[in-house]
Amino acid sequence: MSGIILPGADGALYQRDRAWHPPADTPGYKSSTFRAPRQSLLALGPTRSELSGPTFGHEALGALDNDLIRNFSQDGTEAIGQRLLVYGQVLDENARPVPRTLVEFWQANAGGRYRHKKEGYLAALDPNFGGFGRTLTDENGFYCFRTIKPGAYPWPNGGNDWRPAHIHFSVFGHAFAQRLITQMYFEGDPMIWQCPIVRTVPDKAGIDQLIARLDRHNTTPMDALAYRFDIVLRGRRSTMFENKLEGN
Amino acid sequence: MLHPVPTLKETPSQTAGPYVHIGMTPNFCGITGVIDADPGVSMLTPTTKGQRIDIVGRVFDGSGAPVTDAVIELWQADANGSFVTPPGRDSKSPPDFLGWGRQPTDADGAFTFQTIKPGPVAGPDGRPQAPHVSLWIVARGINMGLQTRLYFSDEAEANADDYVLNKIMDRRRRPTLIAQKQDGDLPRYVLDIHLQGPDETVFFDF
Ligand SMILES: [Fe+2]
Repeated sequence: MSGIILPGADGALYQRDRAWHPPADTPGYKSSTFRAPRQSLLALGPTRSELSGPTFGHEALGALDNDLIRNFSQDGTEAIGQRLLVYGQVLDENARPVPRTLVEFWQANAGGRYRHKKEGYLAALDPNFGGFGRTLTDENGFYCFRTIKPGAYPWPNGGNDWRPAHIHFSVFGHAFAQRLITQMYFEGDPMIWQCPIVRTVPDKAGIDQLIARLDRHNTTPMDALAYRFDIVLRGRRSTMFENKLEGN
Repeated sequence: MLHPVPTLKETPSQTAGPYVHIGMTPNFCGITGVIDADPGVSMLTPTTKGQRIDIVGRVFDGSGAPVTDAVIELWQADANGSFVTPPGRDSKSPPDFLGWGRQPTDADGAFTFQTIKPGPVAGPDGRPQAPHVSLWIVARGINMGLQTRLYFSDEAEANADDYVLNKIMDRRRRPTLIAQKQDGDLPRYVLDIHLQGPDETVFFDF
């Protein structure tokens, strides 16, 4: 068949590579036992209902939404911890930037303690750290926020499991079927490879995609280290059209 | 540029974890003062057009226990079956109806969305789909957000003809997506979501 390929012409998305993502039932991560559907997912191409999605404007955001060092400060004091700039580019599977999309993030404080009623870890709360932030990507798909490095923390799963330092991310894209939640880890942390939640990701190369790289070039002198974490959302599939160019 | 196959791999999903509320519904979990209201907590504005409805239900796990730490997002068309067009870059005001909501489940695993009845949206075959809302469920123990839909019991004729419902080959499972109408001053549609077990909800790979 002769044809030309028009990227994204029909708006459909590449089917998700489910073997690349964690399966639903992961015995090493015990919380999945009763929460994993047993029936297989019904695979359908997305319809208009899933190819559309909410978009958010700058009017929805506050000036400190992307500054976790200051956005929960009670008395003007900044949050305690290793100061970081976390940034990256949101791309689709075709390596195209995803502009003006909402990115949300949450994390524990420098001691590994979350500000949450279900949190049981004895590490101290930081009165000036809430652990929540959000931002919109720019025209080129880049996001950026200031925070402190979260601590590792123990959690009830096996006898003595610890989460490596991590930041949770929620990303929208432009279609509801692109919606994604993931976690970012820090380059060089030996605890990454021991974590039952990390290990729900089947492929080592997939885990590697979750690890932010230390970026010495973008470090703010005498202030903050920089880490880069790029995020890839589902991309629009190409469409094969019959070649009807004149003269053919 | 030709893109017959993806050039990058999608970032792998990870569970939203037990502290998902910090990032998605911060005011609900006591992190106040950072943002005025949790995103998606109210879907309606004074100028939203359409029939006001409540969508309510509970989420259960495979042991029959309520899932008390989930977050559910809802995405739907407006009363005419249209999705909101993205606001312009310099837009100062949100649309009359964004069509997107987000609610945490409570101590009983229960959720409520106050919204409007959506109009029909065209399906891939060009014919209208039955009115529905799209749901996306995340929680501790869910490694990748679960995609499903909610239909309306008073649309029996449209439901019988619906593109997606008809793809569910085991007909006995279709009712897991159909919310039952309870009449009242405000129509209420009730649907429980079962992550696992004999009444397991149909989840999709859209
Ligand atoms: Fe966490």
